[in-house]
Parts: sequence; C-alpha cells; structure tokens
Amino acid sequence: MSKITINIDGKEVQTQEGEFILNAARANDIFIPAICYLTRCSPTLACRICLVEADGKQVYACNAKSKDGMNITTKTENIEKERRAIMEVYDVNHPLQCGVCDQSGECELQNYTLEMGVDAQSYSVKDVDRSSHDWGHLHYDPGLCIVCERCVTACKDMIGDNSLKTIARGADALEAEFKETMPKDAYAMWNKLNKSVIGLTNGTDVLDCTSCGECAAVCPVGALVDTHFMYKSNAWELNQVPATCGHCSAGCQISYDVKHTSVSDDSDRIYRVMNEWNYVSLCGAGRYGFDYENRVESKDETAFASAIEAFKKADTIAFTSTITNEEAYLLQKLKEKHGYKLVNHEAKSFQTFLRNYSEISGTMLYGNDLKATHNSNFVISLGAALKSDNPNARYALNNSMTVNKGAGLYFHPLQDSIIEGLGKSIMTVKHAPLQEEAALYLILDLFADKEKLPKKVLEYLETFHSEKTITVEETIKEEIVEIVKEMKVNEETGEEEEIEVEKKKMVPKKISKELVVDNNALLTILGADDSFMEDLDKNLKKKDTFAMIVGAALYNHPNSKNLARLVGLVEKCSDFELTMIPPLTNSLGVALICELDDERGSFTVGYNVIGDFTLSALGDGSECDLDMPAINQQEGTLTSINKRVNPTNAALPYKGYELNDIANELGMNSENVIDYTVSLPTAVGFKEEAFDNLPNHYENDGTEVRGYLLENVKINRSTNQNVEPFGEDKLEGTLIYLANPVRQFTAFTNKTTNLDEIAGLYMSEEFLSQSELNEGDNVRVKNSNGEIVVNIVSDNKIAGDIAVLPTFDSKINSEALFSGYRFATASIEKV
Amino acid sequence: MKNEQFNNRDISNEYFKVDIEDYPTDPWGKFTRVVKRTFRGELFVGLWVVMREMIKFDTHTISYPMEKMPIGPRYRAVHEMKRLWESDTERCIGCGLCEKICISNCIRMDTKIDEHSRKEVSEYTINLGRCIFCGYCAEVCPELAITHGGEYENASEQREHFIDYAGMLTPLDKMKAGTQKEFEGFGAITPHEDERVKKTPLAY
Repeated sequence: MSKITINIDGKEVQTQEGEFILNAARANDIFIPAICYLTRCSPTLACRICLVEADGKQVYACNAKSKDGMNITTKTENIEKERRAIMEVYDVNHPLQCGVCDQSGECELQNYTLEMGVDAQSYSVKDVDRSSHDWGHLHYDPGLCIVCERCVTACKDMIGDNSLKTIARGADALEAEFKETMPKDAYAMWNKLNKSVIGLTNGTDVLDCTSCGECAAVCPVGALVDTHFMYKSNAWELNQVPATCGHCSAGCQISYDVKHTSVSDDSDRIYRVMNEWNYVSLCGAGRYGFDYENRVESKDETAFASAIEAFKKADTIAFTSTITNEEAYLLQKLKEKHGYKLVNHEAKSFQTFLRNYSEISGTMLYGNDLKATHNSNFVISLGAALKSDNPNARYALNNSMTVNKGAGLYFHPLQDSIIEGLGKSIMTVKHAPLQEEAALYLILDLFADKEKLPKKVLEYLETFHSEKTITVEETIKEEIVEIVKEMKVNEETGEEEEIEVEKKKMVPKKISKELVVDNNALLTILGADDSFMEDLDKNLKKKDTFAMIVGAALYNHPNSKNLARLVGLVEKCSDFELTMIPPLTNSLGVALICELDDERGSFTVGYNVIGDFTLSALGDGSECDLDMPAINQQEGTLTSINKRVNPTNAALPYKGYELNDIANELGMNSENVIDYTVSLPTAVGFKEEAFDNLPNHYENDGTEVRGYLLENVKINRSTNQNVEPFGEDKLEGTLIYLANPVRQFTAFTNKTTNLDEIAGLYMSEEFLSQSELNEGDNVRVKNSNGEIVVNIVSDNKIAGDIAVLPTFDSKINSEALFSGYRFATASIEKV
Repeated sequence: MKNEQFNNRDISNEYFKVDIEDYPTDPWGKFTRVVKRTFRGELFVGLWVVMREMIKFDTHTISYPMEKMPIGPRYRAVHEMKRLWESDTERCIGCGLCEKICISNCIRMDTKIDEHSRKEVSEYTINLGRCIFCGYCAEVCPELAITHGGEYENASEQREHFIDYAGMLTPLDKMKAGTQKEFEGFGAITPHEDERVKKTPLAY
C-alpha cells in the first residue's frame, strides 16, 4: 500500500491508500463523530453519524476509503442537520435516569447529544416492553440500548464467539410522515433501530460463550454491564491504575479501577478492569480475574528470618514464570552470587526451543508478533490450544479471517468447537499426538519456496509423493442430434404434413474418467480429509500475507529440538511470519534473563511453587512460609508474546516482604525492585531504560506506546542446517491432554471470585455419551507416570474423544500424569 | 494515561505536622506559661464589656436556650434526607453526585443492586467533622433528596450521631402527618419552573 495525501477540512493529511477516512482523521487528531465503528473491526454502518462530504459526495467516513487527493469536509449544513436528527432519534424513549446508570457519564450517547446541541425532541414513537435481561455474567438493558451493534461487531469480528445478534424488537412501524419530513440518513437509521434489539444467538436467555466481557466494554451506553459491577460504583470515583495483565503471555494493556472497599472499610479494592478496546481485546481472565492480590497487613519478621535461613541453606530456587523481569533478574543475580540452581521447567523447555530455533534462523527471537497475525490473511496454528493458551492469538486468527477475509489451518489432536466455530474458512487437521513434525513437513511441502529448501529436505519430501490413478465421475455436456417429427403446413398444398427435422441438443452426461493425481502421503499420515487439497486451493485464493503461530505442544515434545529447527526452516523458506506462544505470563522474559537448570538439588526454595521452603503470593489456603506480593501488587515489567517489555503498576498496597528484601539481605542492594529495570541484560535485546520512563498507552492512530520492543538480536547460524526426518511414534488409545479451560491459567486465576470454572477431567459431550461415565462422576485417571482421582466435568467447548486435565487448580496434581509432553495415554475408570 | 503519579513511591504518610512552639518541659517553664495565659490584659477588657452591659438593663440578648431565634428556610444546618410524598420511600437514588461535588470530601456512600434490580443505597455517611455546610450537595441533588435542615445544635459526644442515614431520613410519623418541609435553598425548584421546560413529544 502506498502513502497518499488527502485533505480533511483544509488540513493535509498523510495516510495509506485504501485506509478508511475515519481512521485517517483519527490518526491526525481530526474529530469525526462516530458511534458504531470499532477500530480493527469491519464497519457496521448502524449509526450513520460519521457522515462526511468527500469530493462533493456524502459518504460514511467509517467505510469510505481514502483516495489520493481526496477533499473531505466533516461538517456541512446538511450533515449537521442529519447528525442532530440522528441524536434526537437516539434520545427517543431513552430513559432520563442517568443518575442510576452504570455508565455514570462515560456515555457516548450523553456526549454526542451535548455535542450536537440537542435541546428539544421532535420525534416520537410508541415504546415497547424493554425489560432487562440477566444473561449470566452480563446484564442487558434494552431500555438503554441504542443498537449501535458494537457488541455484535466485537463478538463477531474480534472474539469469534458469534454469541450476539440483533433480534426483532416488535415495535410499531414509524409514522409515514417522518419519511418525508426527516433527514434521509436519520430516517434510515431510525427505521433499522426501531426494528431490532440485541439478543443471543443460542436462543436461550443465558450466554454460553467464552465470557470475555468485551461486548460490555465496548458498549457506548449502560446497556451491557458486567453483573459483578452492577450499581457498585460511579466511574468517576474509581482511580485508574495503568497496568499489564499478568495472567498470560499476551501482556494486554489494562487499567485496574480502584476505590476504597466501603464506607466502613478504607482499604483499596479493585472494582473492575478496563482496556483500550479499540486497540486491545481482553479475555475473561483479564477482564474478570482481578482480585488475586495477596493481602498482607504487616511484615512477619519471624517468617522473614526463617526465609533468610532457608536461602542460606538452599541450593535451588524453583519458580514459575508469573514473575516480573526484575524478579527474574534478581534470581539470576542470586544464582551468580550464591550458585543457586534455578528450576523452572516450562520456561526451560521454551528457552531450549528458542535456542534450537535460533541455530537455523540466526535470530534470538521469532520473527514476528500477533499484530502480523491480525494483518495477515492466512494463518496456521500448530501445537497450541489457542483459545486457552493465549486468547489474543485466537482473536488475531479470528480477526484475520473476518476482517481480512482470511483463512486458516489449525493443526491439533483435540477437536475444538470454538475454533471450528470461527468460520468455514478455518480448516482443522486432527492429527495424532506426537505427529507435529509431520505437520511441519506438510507445511514445508505445501508452502515453502522449493528453491530455498535444503536439497536433503526436498528429497525427503519427495518420498511422500506418489502418483495415483483415480477414477472420477464427471458430468459433461454433450451435443446430440435428434431427429424429431414435426407437423408443418405444406405451403404448396396447404395441408398439414409430417416432416422430419434435425435438432441439436445439449444433454448432461455422466462419464467416469481416469486421472493421474499427486498423492501426498503426509496428508494420510496426519489424517486430513480427502478434500483437504481441494479446500486448501480454494482457501488460498487471493491470499498474500501469511502468519504462523506455534505453541507449547512443540516445546515439550520429545523431539522438540528437531521441531524447533523445522519451525526455523519454515520461517526461512516460506512467507510465513512466525509467532511463538510463551507458555506462561513471563516465560519469554525468564527464558531470556535466567540461566535455567534441569533438576532440583537437595534443598529447594520455591517461589509460587512448592519447595522445602515456600514463598507464595497465593495467600491463604496455599502452602506458604512467607507471603509475597501478587502481580497486581507489584511494579515491574513483563515480556509479552509481542516481544514487548510492558510496565505494570501496583494497583493495591502490599505491606509484607518481597523478593527484593530477601535479595538485599543476601548481599544485593536496591531500594525498589524496579531499580533493576535499567540493568536488564542488553545482550539479549533488553534496553537500558529506567522503569519510570516506560510509557503505557496507545496513540490515537493505534500505535502502541507501551514499554519498549525487545531487539531481535542476530546470532550466528549453526553450520549444521539439517533437519531430521520425523518419528513414527504416535499416541493412541485413551488420551489425556494438559490444558486449561478458557479464562483459567494458573492458581492466581483460580483464586479470583468472578472466575468460577470448576476443575476436573473435562470431557466433551460426545465423549461422555459414548462412554458409561456421567458428569460429576469420580474417576481414577492412571498411567505409568502416576494416578489421580478427579471429578468429570462436561465441557461443550471441546469435541472428540480426548479428555482434558487442567493445571489451574493446585488441588489436582495433573502434571503427575505427564512427562513433559502435553499429551499422554491413560486409563479412566470410575471409582 | 499518565504514569507520573505512580512514580512517587513515598507512601510514608499523607499527613504532616504544623510547626507548633515546643511544650515547656520544666516546672518553671510551665509556671510562666500559666501566668502568661491567665493575666493577659485582654481578660479585663472583656470583663468590663460584660459589666457595662449588665448594668444598662436594656438588653437585646435572647435567653438561649429558653428562647430561640427563628431560622430562615434557606439556613444550612445539619443535613436531612427527604422522602417521596407519594410513597413515603426515600428519594435518594444513589447517583453519587453529592459525593462527587462535596468540596471537603466528607460524603461517602455504598450502593448495590436490590431485589427489584434497582440501585439501592446501602450505606450513606457525612463526616460532619469535615463538613463546611456549603450546601453544594443539596444544590446538586437531582431528586431534592439531600437538603439542609434547621438543626444547628451540634452538641454531642460524637458529631457522627447526627449523620446516621436512618436518622437523617424524615421520620415516618412526620410523613404520615404530612409535615415534611421542603428545603427552599439552592437546588430547590424555583417558581415558574414549568414554563421553562420544553415538553418532549410522546407517542401515547
């Protein structure tokens, strides 16, 4: 796309060819009113208020594309008339009890009504019953709804749940005279508005979606409200603390809205989480999982003293990746100083994977980020349970499909109804576990530039191709000549006589034909549909930007080294932009900063994991010898999947000891842990930036001004660029898979009050009906690694016959059944 | 969103002490302070004024507390919470405007959703120790719910005794008798209000 110049209200504006006028204006601080448009989503054209005049013609700024030299006027007499009429219409029958509305003034209806100077009403229509609905975690009040359809758009174009739609309002038709007397667009808008309200696609009155709450966030009025926040607080009373979500590796921008707890309790509490919804979309965990703080009122000196003792005695520190970069740096410094072993399995496997990948790619980090996925139109996902590992990756996949008319390939052994529900153009390949290498070879075979591929790989790929003769039935049109007898009047005699006429006719005819086609054995190995190649060819039409997401099943794979090299090869030899999903919040940061070890020593201090001495931010109910602050009580930086170092601030006070206090006792010296931000290792791409200088916001044009981007350090490629052929191994039988349900990531999300998922053995409805098991049954899951007893939970978000075990509940020791790799075979028996 | 405010990490205490002359510690210092405070000249000036007025006998003094001055309808003393004439229920809808506008930051309220899924005020307090009786809360109240009353006798062991939400509400027997008084100060409905309102057309 090329840069062009357009003229808006006499101001020369630089933009991209084909950019919507509204976005071009917003990026240059020119105000065009708009209600229904959401950046990153497709235009809805419900509100029609963004009318502008482009080269003398009235267009909607949200869906008119800029052309070079375009002249745009945002205000003309007619447009102002239309806009005022539109706002008047929106105010028809709108309740005037703004004092008890949860939008509490953050209301676009209020803002635009004042902006357009509406001081009197000239339209009216009979109101209908619009009583409110309790949809579960959301509360919908059609009385307040202006049917801008932003919720529907966000759900469809960004989230991909398609849970909301417009349904009939059942109102009287508008009076005919309005059609003549009203401005044209205002009438058209009203006519549509008067026919619809928002309803659920599943036909019930309870939402059955992935519960992200993004629809309530984008609601311009108080029609859609989070049930937990109903009538709790006015927006203006809340103090916004800019932060970064600490639940997964997406590192979403959020702000914690904080206020005192109640009249009698002065201590702060988080009331809700807000986001810049035009530029970032949260998942349910980010939106509703905010109260995981560890409330500690005083410094426990005896526990601290025994912690110091334990550190002096210990030779190992075990930890999870739900820590900040600064803490990871502290741990690394302690290792250098006192020789601790640092044990973190999930970061270690990711680190090893990255290093193996680097040998082929020559860069320390994967080449791209989720933004590239948002902008691409063909996405491949491999080895990731997208919806639960990193919801933002799923949003990116869905967004590329809906807005860029893209398509996708989803390789995963587990059938996922949410991913399949994203649309027809996503093709799922249900391969057997351990066959990820074959999938990568298939990707190489289908998409790699054959000239760039190493000769050996080419030859290897060639072995899977054979020629196959198939018989196809084809319908062709054949011309046949028929002799028909017709009656005709003989001109000479005047009598009617029979003559024979030749007539040509096209008739369809079925023939069978023998065709020699290419037979790709990789497809058979992976269990792809017979029509795979045909569908793929169809889906690949008009696709020019490609993205690939790989996930945790690759990092813990027994052949992860070869997988990493294959992934590197795919990136090198094809057009795919690569993103890897770090397994946990800050796994990428930890993998870059810490030198990790494999095995624990004789005495372990655990940080958020159980050790001989345990430091924990989980608070009451967990095994804990010394309390630590949770992420929402800490300052620091987190490294996200987008290779960005994001700052987060402390939303709630913490009065106990933190890791920095321990480190100071052990010979380090700094007042605050964020003093270490500036010394994060530059050799792996961090920058020498002080914490206080790190910004955390978005610009009007959507530029992410948050922290800084890691530099993707170049490293020497390995001389050995070979990849191994794939192994024959595959897991068969009753399979279990280690993954969390949507909205749950760790024990921290489990601790929050609004996320109420029940842990257990998740089985699809289909699986349950085939077996003799029922929801709620206690079962023993057993294999060579160990056994656990869990409850069965029926899950309609998965399909097929693989049972899923979660890790978020520390009461269920799911990891005991797995030896690294996320799949395992096991027996499931009722107890 | 600006981050500057979060960069100040001094969380020691938001209160600071004003400079006060040090208290005397030795007996002699204490003694001189007592003498200084007791025998100041101003004392006798005051005593003389009292003496002069006492022997004049044409006093205008109201013999409080036996007699009391009438209070103007717009007088701003301790707050009252009014009830609706139609249903005797409280007028307050919990919009929180009084909490927002209060310049001495002394109003706090808790709201929740009630069983009819309407907004309900569950707690309401005014810290009278901080209240400056400016009347902004009464002026901003869209429902004429919070008003000032005429009760200016604030002597109590605890000033909070006046500000209990139930105590501020007009008593029900007063409502039954129809003797709730409307506040006429700022925020009250002005005469000719009807003439100034533009009517919204309704289709039924």
